[in-house]
Amino acid sequence: MTTLAELARLIRSKNAGPFELTFDIMFDDAATYRRVKESGVLTREKIAACYGLEPSQVKFFLCDHALAIKASIPRPCFQGDLRDSDGHGGQQYAPLMAIEIP
Amino acid sequence: MNEIRILSPTGVCGSGFLEKSFEKALGQNPHVVGCDAGSTDPGPGYLGSGRTAFPRDAIQRDLRLMLNGARKLNVPLLIGSAGTAGADIQLDLVYAMLKEIAAGDALKFRLALIHSEQKKSYLRQRLREGRVKPLHPAPEFDEAAIDRSEHIVGMMGAEPFIRALEAGADVVLAGRASDTAIFAAMPVMRGFPEGISWHAGKILECGAAAVVNRKTPDCMFAWVRKDHFVVEAPDPALRCTPQSIASHSLYENADPFRLVECSGTLDLTNSRYEAVDERSVRVSGSEFIPAERYTVKLEGAEKAGYQSILIGSVRDPFIIRQIDDWTARLSDRIHERVRMIYGDRLKPEDYFFNVRIYGKNGTMGPLEPVKEIRSHELCLVFEATAPTQEIASTIAGITRHQALHLPIPEWSGLITAVACPYNHLDRGAVYRFNVNHVVEPDSPYEMFPMQLIEIDGANTVMRAS
Repeated sequence: MTTLAELARLIRSKNAGPFELTFDIMFDDAATYRRVKESGVLTREKIAACYGLEPSQVKFFLCDHALAIKASIPRPCFQGDLRDSDGHGGQQYAPLMAIEIP
Repeated sequence: MNEIRILSPTGVCGSGFLEKSFEKALGQNPHVVGCDAGSTDPGPGYLGSGRTAFPRDAIQRDLRLMLNGARKLNVPLLIGSAGTAGADIQLDLVYAMLKEIAAGDALKFRLALIHSEQKKSYLRQRLREGRVKPLHPAPEFDEAAIDRSEHIVGMMGAEPFIRALEAGADVVLAGRASDTAIFAAMPVMRGFPEGISWHAGKILECGAAAVVNRKTPDCMFAWVRKDHFVVEAPDPALRCTPQSIASHSLYENADPFRLVECSGTLDLTNSRYEAVDERSVRVSGSEFIPAERYTVKLEGAEKAGYQSILIGSVRDPFIIRQIDDWTARLSDRIHERVRMIYGDRLKPEDYFFNVRIYGKNGTMGPLEPVKEIRSHELCLVFEATAPTQEIASTIAGITRHQALHLPIPEWSGLITAVACPYNHLDRGAVYRFNVNHVVEPDSPYEMFPMQLIEIDGANTVMRAS
């Protein structure tokens, strides 16, 4: 088992507008991308579980040209609301780093 | 015309670019220079207050170089989302800067000013007609929300830019605009395929962000042709690869394959990315699916109140282990003190008291999967948001005193529980985004009135349009 953080070239989160949050998990080479994609571990359901959502609330994409896996969720708080703690949404990806990939 | 060459000096006007890259790009004879000048990314405060996210002097520096460069080649300069959010107050600010630069550098040009701030009466009318539709997720948007808003802008498509170019504008200064539309306007106007034009725009709008090895904000250049476009960064040290260009559609987009614009959807499902050489990439196959109904996205901000904050830290392990209980007891005390001071004049629902606990879950809040505290100290940020700055400041003052001396069972006697590096800070008004909806207008222009102005050095003459 290897963690996603060890396999990815970049894991990031960012606002996709003020109302959605998006995660990009990007790889250097096709083989690593394929390994993660085909592991069946990193799924819509997995992302939903990490952020306390129903799978139907998660948009999930396999981006072959970009060698990237991407997911988008409704923002936990709208950007800039009084309870929002991350205006750019840039530090919400940490729970994804520890996902174990066979 | 078999190609349109487009120069994007930088991702945001005010973030900077290298003059050397810009000069080289001008040497490649662009037909148009475009620059995005705003975003919602810095938060609702800029649309709410009308301030700009980048400092005035930084915007002026970029504007001066772009304006002089475009005038030297006698090609249009298109600027969208002026002054961060594109509200009239921000458009006016950048307009004043353009006039100042023109006067200083003795420049003469025809300027098109395109407004994007929406009249409340217009929005109320469209709302009543059922022609304001929510996107997902969206806050409640009704007439009360329209009334509460400080500013509401519409995000224009390519059409208002095209209208300005057809009116002979040398410089187009637009309020809130789709970043992509700024760059798609010229090739779409000249009849180049929309899929290719909009996809090129999508890459260009962030300047050199789509390169492999971004060092600093810088220029990007594209050659838009009949069945493909080629993209390359002017700085010879920067490389675009098929992967870096394909990856760019991921950034800040919820859906990397379908990008919704006013007039349709850019569909990248069948896009192909090929290396032309080590530094440039050829893109083809991108499609544009026209929308059945033209829509304009709204952005609005309303005041959430005035805020004062206090920053402190705790080091005592007794307090750290009971921090949730401690903050709950503190909140009760504060509400009690507020009641004593204001009575019925300030109801509990009129103000908001919040404590952020850094070292526990300051970054992720309730979504933080790590539940136990592993730090020997915690940073606390106390926030009071109230209808006036004076009340917010009062609550922050109460907070300081109550937090300092809130007793804990482990100690008897008067304790001082929080280390504060300084007194509380008044943040002024704070805002929230209050709309994520689209309007269905009758035409692409009705929400975006244009003024044509002849700029001649220091003397400007207004012309009706």
